[in-house]
Amino acid sequence: MWTLILRDWRLAARRRVEALLPLVFFIVAASLFPLGVGPEPQTLRTIAPGVVWVCALLASLLSLGSLYGPDFTDGSLEQMLLSGRSLPGLALAKAFAHWTVNGLPLVLASPVLGLLFDLPGEPLLTLVASLLLGTPVLSLLGGVGAALTLGLRSGGMLIVLLVLPLAVPVLIFGAGSVVAVSSGLSPEGHLSLLGALLLLTLLGAPWATAAALKIALD
Amino acid sequence: MSNLSWTTFAAPSKFEWLASALMPWLWALCLIMSAAGLYQGFIVAPTDFQQGQSYRIIFIHVPAAWMSMVLYMAMALWAAVGWAFKVRLASMLARAIAPTGAMFTFIALWTGAFWGKPTWGAWWVWDARLTSELILLFLYLGYMALTEAIDDPRRSDAAGALIALVGAINVPIIYFSVRWWNTLHQGASISMTAAPKMASTMLTAMLLMTVAFWAYAFAVVFTRTRAIVLERERETQWVQALVNGRNGRNARNGHKE
Amino acid sequence: MRAQALACRRGARLLFDQLDLSVQAGQLVWVRGPNGQGKTSLLRLLAGLSEPAEGQIERAARVVYLGHQHALKDDLSAQEALAFLVDLHGDQADEPKLVDALAHMGVKGKRHSPVRTLSQGQRRRVALARLLLTPPDTCWVLDEPFDALDDTGVATLNALLQAHRQAGGSVVLTSHQALTLPDRIELDLAAVASLARS
Repeated sequence: MWTLILRDWRLAARRRVEALLPLVFFIVAASLFPLGVGPEPQTLRTIAPGVVWVCALLASLLSLGSLYGPDFTDGSLEQMLLSGRSLPGLALAKAFAHWTVNGLPLVLASPVLGLLFDLPGEPLLTLVASLLLGTPVLSLLGGVGAALTLGLRSGGMLIVLLVLPLAVPVLIFGAGSVVAVSSGLSPEGHLSLLGALLLLTLLGAPWATAAALKIALD
Repeated sequence: MSNLSWTTFAAPSKFEWLASALMPWLWALCLIMSAAGLYQGFIVAPTDFQQGQSYRIIFIHVPAAWMSMVLYMAMALWAAVGWAFKVRLASMLARAIAPTGAMFTFIALWTGAFWGKPTWGAWWVWDARLTSELILLFLYLGYMALTEAIDDPRRSDAAGALIALVGAINVPIIYFSVRWWNTLHQGASISMTAAPKMASTMLTAMLLMTVAFWAYAFAVVFTRTRAIVLERERETQWVQALVNGRNGRNARNGHKE
Repeated sequence: MRAQALACRRGARLLFDQLDLSVQAGQLVWVRGPNGQGKTSLLRLLAGLSEPAEGQIERAARVVYLGHQHALKDDLSAQEALAFLVDLHGDQADEPKLVDALAHMGVKGKRHSPVRTLSQGQRRRVALARLLLTPPDTCWVLDEPFDALDDTGVATLNALLQAHRQAGGSVVLTSHQALTLPDRIELDLAAVASLARS
C-alpha cells in the first residue's frame, strides 16, 4: 500500500500547481462570503462555521475527478486490480493519499480563514478539529463516488450529486460543533459523532469503493 | 399457472403477462381509493381547531412522504436483488421505481410548503422531516442520473444498485443528523409532527389516500417496467412475437373498417 | 491455463460463445480477428479483469497482463514507473535489475526521463521491460505488444517471447502484424463468432 501512497505523493509533487488548486479554491470561495454578506463582525462570526465547512466540502468534491480518473485512462487501475492486492486496501490507500494532498491542507489553512471571519480562539480550535475529523470522511465517500463514475462523460457534476447527500451528516456535525462552542456548549457531542462517522466510513467506504471499481472495470 | 413459484415471474415474458393483466384493476383501485380518500379528507373530516382548513393538505403530504421513503427502500431492495442474484428483471423494476419515488418526494415537498405557508407564514421551513425529504430527492436524482449516464445495461444496473444501497444505509444517518441539526438551531418549536390530533375520520382519510397512492405506484411502476422490459429484450423471440401479434391484430382491425 | 465454453458480452451484443481454449507451458496462442471482434475482451477475461457471461477459466499459473495502455504514469520517470509496476505485483525491483531490464529493451538512456517525453515506441519498450522482471513459470497475456515497435523492437520482443517459452512459460497475445514466431497456435475469433451465430 505504501508503494501506492508514495507514488501518489510523488505525482502530486510533480504537479504542485494542480495539487494546490483545491486549497486555493477553498480560500477564495470562503473569502467571497464577506463580500456578499457584508463585513459586520458579528454576522461573519455566525456564518463562519457553515461557510468554511461548505467551502471545504466543495473543495474536496472538486478534487475527486483526479482520484481514479488518470489511473483509469492510462491502464494503471487495471494493473492494480490484477496485482492480487486487497482491493479495499487499495481504496483505503488512495483515499489516504488523496486526503493528505487535498484535505490536510484545508485543515491547515482553516485557522487563517477563521481569523478572516474573526472567530475567537476556542471556536477556531474546534473548527480545525472538526475539519481534521471530517475531511477524511469526505475523501473516503468521494472515493465511492469517483469509482462509480469512472469514464463517464458527465463525471464531475455527477460525483457532486452522488456524494453531497451522503456528506450532509459530516457537514451538520462539523459546522455544528463550532456553533455549539460559540454558544458556550461543549463540542464533545458533535466531535464524537464525527469520530463515529469517520470510523463507520473507514469500515464501509473502502469495500463500497472496491465493489464500484470492479463494476467499472468489468 | 400450475407451476407457480417465487421465481415464476422473474422471467420478463411472464412478468409482462402479469403486469398487463393487473393493470386495469390497479388503476380502478387507485381511482376509487383516491375518490374515497379525498372525499373523506376534504369533506368529511372536521375542521381543525388550530389550523383551520389548511391542514387538510396533510392528507396528501403524509401519504406522499411515506411513499417516497418506502419506494426508496423498495428500489434499493430490488436493485440489490438484481445485482446479487443477477436477475435482470429486478434491476429493471428498480429503475422503474425511481422516477415515481422522486415524484412522490417532490409532491411531499410541495405540499409541505403549502402547509407551511398558512401555518407558519413561510413557504419553506427547515423542518427536520422536510429537509430529510429534500435530501431524499437528491438521492433519487443521483440514482437516476448515474443509471442514465452509463450506457452498458449491466454496469448501469450494478452501479445503480451500489449507490442505492449506500444511500439506503445512509438514510437513517442523514435523518438523525438533520433532526439533531434542527433541534440545535430552532428548538422543537416547528415540526411537522405537530399535526392536529388524529380524529378517526382523519386517520381513515390518510389510510385511504395511502392505499390510493400504493395502487398508483404499482400501476405506474409496472407500466414503466413493461416499457423497459420490451426495450431491453427487444431482440428476443417472445417480444418479436408480441409486437408482430399486435401489428397483425391492428392490420386486421384496420381492414375491417 | 484452460478456458471452457466462454461467452463474452459487450453491452447487449454477444461477442463470442462456447469458446474453448487451452494454453500449456511453452505454448504461444495468437488471437486473431478484425477490430471489434472481442480480442481485447477475451484477453481481459483470461487475465481476470472481467467475469465471463458464461463458462469458466482455470488458471494453474500466475498471469502477467500487459494491456493496450501501458500503465505508465506520465509524470514519473521511466525507471520510477517501471519500479512501481514491478513492486505493485510483488516482484523484485532493485535498481540494478531495473536498469538491466531497461537496457535490454534499449531504453536505458531514457530511464530518468519523464514518461510523457518518450515516444510511443519507447513507452511500449518500457512497459515490456516489466516482462523481464517476472518469474519464468507465468502466462503472459499481452494485448497488441508489437504496437508502435520498430524492427529492432520487434526482434527483441520475439526473442523475449521465445526465451520465455523455453523457460516453461506460455503466451497469449493479439497482434495485427503478422507473427514470424514458429510453432504457434492461432485462434481466429471471427470463426468462433460465426459458429456461435449459426
